[in-house]
Amino acid sequence: MRDLSIYIHIPFCARKCLYCDFLSFAASAAEMKSYVNYLTQEIKGQSIFYRDHSVISVFLGGGTPSLLPAGETGRILEAVRENYRMTEGAEVTLECNPGTVTAEKLTSYITYGINRLSIGLQSTQNEELARIGRIHDYETFLETYRMARTAGFGNINIDLMAALPGQSISSYRKSLERVTALEPEHISAYSLILEEGTVLFDRKEQYHFPTEEEDREMYQMTKEFLGERGYQRYEISNYARDGYACRHNQVYWQRGDYAGFGLGASSMVWDVRWRIPETMAQYKDYVENMQKSMETDIDFMAFAPWLENQRDLRWRERQILSIKEQMEEYMFLGLRMMCGVDSRAFYDIFGRQMEEVYGPVIEKLMSQSLIEKEEGRLKLTDTGIDVSNYVMSRFLLY
Amino acid sequence: MAAIDQSRIRNFCIIAHIDHGKSTLADRIIEKTGLLTSREMQAQVLDNMELERERGITIKAQTVRVVYQARDGKEYIFNLIDTPGHVDFNYEVSRSLAACDGAILVVDAAQGIEAQTLANVYLALDHDLDVFPVINKIDLPSADPERVKNEIEDVIGIEAQDAPLISAKNGIGIEEVLEAVVHKVPAPKGSPDKPLQALIFDSVYDSYKGVIVFCRIKEGRVRKGTAIKMMATGATAEVVEVGYFGAGQFIPCEELSAGMVGYLTASIKNVKDTAVGDTVTDLDNPCAEPLPGYKKVNSMVYCGMYPADGAKYPDLRDALEKLKLNDASLNYEPETSIALGFGFRCGFLGLLHLEIIQERLEREYNLDLVTTAPGVIYRVYKTNGEMIELTNPSNLPDSSEIDYMEEPVVSAEIMVTTEFIGPIMQLCQERRGRYISTEYMESTRALLKYELPLNEIIYDFFDALKSRSRGYASFDYELKGYEQSKLVKLDILINHDEVDALSFIVHADSAYERGRKMCEKLKDEIPRHLFEIPIQAAVGGKIIARETVKAMRKDVLAKCYGGDITRKKKLLEKQKEGKKRMRQVGNVEIPQSAFMSVLKLDDK
Repeated sequence: MRDLSIYIHIPFCARKCLYCDFLSFAASAAEMKSYVNYLTQEIKGQSIFYRDHSVISVFLGGGTPSLLPAGETGRILEAVRENYRMTEGAEVTLECNPGTVTAEKLTSYITYGINRLSIGLQSTQNEELARIGRIHDYETFLETYRMARTAGFGNINIDLMAALPGQSISSYRKSLERVTALEPEHISAYSLILEEGTVLFDRKEQYHFPTEEEDREMYQMTKEFLGERGYQRYEISNYARDGYACRHNQVYWQRGDYAGFGLGASSMVWDVRWRIPETMAQYKDYVENMQKSMETDIDFMAFAPWLENQRDLRWRERQILSIKEQMEEYMFLGLRMMCGVDSRAFYDIFGRQMEEVYGPVIEKLMSQSLIEKEEGRLKLTDTGIDVSNYVMSRFLLY
Repeated sequence: MAAIDQSRIRNFCIIAHIDHGKSTLADRIIEKTGLLTSREMQAQVLDNMELERERGITIKAQTVRVVYQARDGKEYIFNLIDTPGHVDFNYEVSRSLAACDGAILVVDAAQGIEAQTLANVYLALDHDLDVFPVINKIDLPSADPERVKNEIEDVIGIEAQDAPLISAKNGIGIEEVLEAVVHKVPAPKGSPDKPLQALIFDSVYDSYKGVIVFCRIKEGRVRKGTAIKMMATGATAEVVEVGYFGAGQFIPCEELSAGMVGYLTASIKNVKDTAVGDTVTDLDNPCAEPLPGYKKVNSMVYCGMYPADGAKYPDLRDALEKLKLNDASLNYEPETSIALGFGFRCGFLGLLHLEIIQERLEREYNLDLVTTAPGVIYRVYKTNGEMIELTNPSNLPDSSEIDYMEEPVVSAEIMVTTEFIGPIMQLCQERRGRYISTEYMESTRALLKYELPLNEIIYDFFDALKSRSRGYASFDYELKGYEQSKLVKLDILINHDEVDALSFIVHADSAYERGRKMCEKLKDEIPRHLFEIPIQAAVGGKIIARETVKAMRKDVLAKCYGGDITRKKKLLEKQKEGKKRMRQVGNVEIPQSAFMSVLKLDDK
């Protein structure tokens, strides 16, 4: 029996944030319903390939999953429960934007078994929120947060962003203060990444962005400020109170199996990566074809994405990872976590010593004080985090 | 095959400024004529040609023999000999001209005479060629043939009133050109019975036949089996095949005799043995004197060429070897640089030649190259009386050992419309030019004469000239000689380490300016490292300019979840790939582009 994490993509948003390059768009209630129809078919249809897995986490991400009418969310989770073996106490997260939920909706989430809520706040400064095109203000967030607690959510994450246009170190500190005062179990704090093709990228000349130095100061401050208040940094941008680290996200960094359902969702199972088509028409076509071959029982194995000899046409970027690539991923994903990578585990998985594969790289990076070794684990130092792309690129093999 | 009547042969070339329509006219001439005389239309010949085609041998550009049925009812054999168009290949041009008896001068009906036209015409007249003008592009709205005719007569002093008015592009007036060739180009002279005397004007290397020598038979005859000798190089060989140039293939024949243009092969393995300008004679019955004008071609411009990927060094060596087979004027010898590893110091006729070779290495041999700043040959006179010819700045002796230095100087002619005289003179001044004279061609155009140090024009002089004259100036030069000059070696230090591949020789007065610009440019090119990197320019150990690349503070991807992993990996790969293309100097990684960027300091 292998662990499986399930990601479900809900590509709908009330409006696109100015920094966002994710797959999301606005949609009518009818379109949402139709999408959920396909999604549940996909979840059900694919389940046949996961008979040997048991689900340890489900993550409804987006977009804005909380935009879906409560009943639609219920249908999705029902499809998961009915078709997959769930582990006792599996983590079930839903991403939620302030102002998109009512007390009722939150209560029904609890009924569906959702036990973790991730709220996208980003900043407690309304002018900062407006500049990046968020649909809500701080006050709306507070209301949503309180409603979630009342509804019974005992595991809440709040997303924050640093290095926003017009943000200062003190305004960022204010956000940290206000958020920690609410005592969420988990905080994700990201530096804004200006992605090409976003509105904010095009407007970048209009605003003052914090300098790299300020950005790093904010980052350092986050670690210290949250550390003092009982939040441990367990990944480059993630902080949690004891026992509340997000199980689902750790699967990505530990290279556990995860299956993604819905438009554009990514998966990795049995060391094969793939992605679902990104346009609605292609997606529906994909699900319909799968449905047809399931019904007629002809060639349904052709829809098992991780089978080696598959035709690659159905999935995007399908890649059967070689041992070399698996090692690379093991290193550069594992190093994102503050606990780092374990050399014994490396040997257990690959049958080769980490030192044998990466000896000179490790030595060089240690001499630059970018990584350190502790009880057989290799981890980034604080300076190493600042330039982690450089560090990680060193672990690519060729 | 019966001997061809000398009076029916015309050997000529086309001279023109770039873009005035030389190649187009050549194409039209080939189109309007036949490949073979009616007598030669035999199955055997065609079979031979078929064979050539299968082997895929093609002859060089436009040197071609065609047959023209003239208005007088007779068949004439035209040998149209290609001449390289650029000043770098002046010597080759002069040898090609020596193979001709006449020349068509193509002048653009709108633009008139350019400096290069003038230089080539004078060269042709020097070789006693009968030059007749043709006015091309008469269909252009801006064409002004009358003005151009007058200009030709005024400036060059050759008859132009009855010059054919043509459009090579649209095939207008081509017949007239062909007739003019018959009547204005003299038939060759020379006796087939004298000892063999043939001029080599070009050669190509073919892997089946060895070197194919392009020659003009001045006296005597040559056929299969003739034992020949190259008079300058002393190489001897036995002729395997002679023939002439079809359009696109070699057509073998029995014999080449006085007056004819053709090729010969003799299992010669090295192009060096068949130097352009050399005289081929009969080993057993040699001529008394070689033909005049032969000189050994020397490289004028040198630069270091290194494979971007050090492992490709053997590939680069093989590629240079192959190119050298076809290009005797290319010189190279191995050298090592601390920054760039193993490579070659290569010598070229000029910057264009350098660019051609560089491009061929990159395109035909798929090599990624790093080229160091091109330099000229300096003469370094040492205090002990010794003189060394310096091609690599790194080999400059210590200043205490140097008495003085000399640099090559060229005589340059720049043709320019009068409105741009000011800016062009200013440019020449900036490049340490010495003003000689201004000659007015007519009211709107002038010929400026300057003496300029060669090292001032090998970088980007031509580009600067074009940009300051909105494209109207044209330029030609020839080496004048060496002159004493106040030269220094400018060194670049990156993170306090001297980078040998970036050193170059510069006039003392411009050292500061160049050093400052180099530092600025390098600052943009060198990526930030984990530490601060000073970039300094120094002359004789004294720092004259400095810039700093700040330390990198942040290079981190904040988010990396399930859907980001593939993209993240690509990003890391790109980052690592970028590093691979860098050169390590001390603990600084310098991108290849940095070495190249300093070649173009005036771009900003």
